[in-house]
Amino acid sequence: MSAFLAVIGRELRLAVRAGGEALTLVLFFVMVGVIVPFAIGPDRPQLMRLSTGIVWIAAFLSMLLGLDRLFRADDEDGSLLLFTTSALPLEAIVAAKLIAHWLVTALPLLLATPILALLLSMTMEQWTKTLLALLCGTPALTGFGAIGAAVTVGLRRGGLIAPVLILPLAIPVMIFGVGSADPLAGNGATLFLIALSLVVAVFAPFAAALALRSASE
Amino acid sequence: MSVTPDTKPALKPLKQPNWFSRLAHPGQFLVWSRYLIWPLAIISAVLFAVGLWFSFFNSPDDYQMGDMVRVMYVHVPNAWLSQFVYALMAASALGTLVWRHPLADVANKAAAPLGAVFTALALYTGALWGRPTWGTFWEWDGRMTSTLVLLLIYLGIIALWRAFDDQLKAGRIIAIVTLVGALNIPVIKFSVDWWNTLHQPASVFTASGPRMPMSLLTPLLIMTLAFTALFGLLQVVRMRTEILRRRADSLSRQAALQGGGA
Amino acid sequence: METPVLSAEGLAVMRGEKLLFSGLGFAVGAGEALLVRGPNGVGKSTLLLTLLRVVRPLAGAVSGLGPTEMHHIGYQHGLKGRLSVIENLRFWKQLGGGTGLAPEAALAEVGIAALSPLEAGFLSSGQLRRLSLARLLVSERALWLLDEPSAALDTEGEALLGRLIDRHRESGGAAIIATHHDLPLAVAPRTLVLVAAS
Repeated sequence: MSAFLAVIGRELRLAVRAGGEALTLVLFFVMVGVIVPFAIGPDRPQLMRLSTGIVWIAAFLSMLLGLDRLFRADDEDGSLLLFTTSALPLEAIVAAKLIAHWLVTALPLLLATPILALLLSMTMEQWTKTLLALLCGTPALTGFGAIGAAVTVGLRRGGLIAPVLILPLAIPVMIFGVGSADPLAGNGATLFLIALSLVVAVFAPFAAALALRSASE
Repeated sequence: MSVTPDTKPALKPLKQPNWFSRLAHPGQFLVWSRYLIWPLAIISAVLFAVGLWFSFFNSPDDYQMGDMVRVMYVHVPNAWLSQFVYALMAASALGTLVWRHPLADVANKAAAPLGAVFTALALYTGALWGRPTWGTFWEWDGRMTSTLVLLLIYLGIIALWRAFDDQLKAGRIIAIVTLVGALNIPVIKFSVDWWNTLHQPASVFTASGPRMPMSLLTPLLIMTLAFTALFGLLQVVRMRTEILRRRADSLSRQAALQGGGA
Repeated sequence: METPVLSAEGLAVMRGEKLLFSGLGFAVGAGEALLVRGPNGVGKSTLLLTLLRVVRPLAGAVSGLGPTEMHHIGYQHGLKGRLSVIENLRFWKQLGGGTGLAPEAALAEVGIAALSPLEAGFLSSGQLRRLSLARLLVSERALWLLDEPSAALDTEGEALLGRLIDRHRESGGAAIIATHHDLPLAVAPRTLVLVAAS
């Protein structure tokens, strides 16, 4: 367990030291929200109607941007190779890295949603529902992202290919994420989103570890 | 202290079982698959001839859609193949991951662009059909949307194949992606249907048997067989091409290594 | 000799499409050191990775200790430039588990105790190498796989490396070392010379 926590601790420490990579991601997230009114017009009722979807698109794009470094840095400096001699199985190390990655890339976005809520004239109810949906859905995005990052770890052009692979797979997260904020949808979408996140969070470390092993084989 | 042989340059690669499974099986495939090409070509040509005759001259117009119903004879086989090819790729991914069979990743690589083309054709013919029946080329209905997502998954896999230099390593990694996609496709279908339940109910087979009149079903089945035979033919040819290309690459690299000085 | 800690039998390894070696067999017992020699590109590093079970051999098998009972030192160190020297070492101690020196003591042992609070990104390559060697000490492992361990080390560093290996052997450990240099070892090691496969 201490080794598991050590991995999380190292990732968090690196994220803090790396000088605001997380903050840059938040900035990008907010910027997507800022740019949309320029594209569709400043009409407040229309913005309000589309706000949940805009926030989700912003979150989707931000999380895709952040996933490239997930394993690449460890691959380049040799940490990934040393993980094989670790007492902790690679699957557990990947799981720990995912938890840390979620804390560093998804949690700041959740904290930044009030800014977008304000800019896009969300109602209080819309904002709380969107926040809840993001909380339930972003673990699945991190999980899919981990698989994408792991399969492209050895590729120089991986930064471009991983999002292309991941986006279609993550469409259900988008559908149920936006759907759970829909007043007509009821609780089903939220429950499905939670189920999806749980399944992906359990499954992704195994798939990602398998891909990482295959990449060095 | 144990005896340590300092060097063992002696090489008898073909006597070792792993070598055999790795190289000889594709070689065997090259030998026996040659005899599949002509029969498959003839079978698909005959099926297409019969199927097209049925489609154009021996099936009734639809009372609503008129002649446009004939698009179905191309649309449905391609829609079927779009899923069948992915199922085949998922099976070959298992072959790569579990049994490390060298033909399995060749099969995956060969099938991906074919699957993408059939999926694109299904979407294209669907759009042609949709124009007169729904009044629009594109409708975000459940089935068309799932098919579009499937096309995106195919294209992602093709992009990944092209991104790898080392095709042997690529095989295992792409097998993982293929299987993750296969597990996810039902979820995508479910979510897209939930998102939009406006699609037409399934009409070829129902619990009580085919509801479609025989006059429509016969050409449909023949055309489906014809397209499937065509896929089989193209798949065999592509697999052979891929094996030969790998051999040629391997030979030229070996030549370069030997020429580069030992 | 009693049961070897690690043995290889009939190993054939392919990298890309090139066959590096085949029919390679050897055994290493407790307290032994084995030097692996051979020209560049012959597959010394790949052999070590095969023993680490990272690279799958085309044929043959490695038996004995598993990767969690080994240390591996390669040309990359698995160190993060933004973490301090001691933080890096603490991390690998926690991940390695088991018994071993305290990170501070290990740093003193390899002669870079004074650098402990410095970010690892500021170390010279020789100092990074010493930090890597400290990793060998913070968690005890029966087998060391060392890939050019003396690279970037000064004479004093090489003597240190020799002492570490000697002490590891005295306490019953084994080491397999791929190197072009002669290491100052108390007991002469056995040598395995790899020759390019035809």
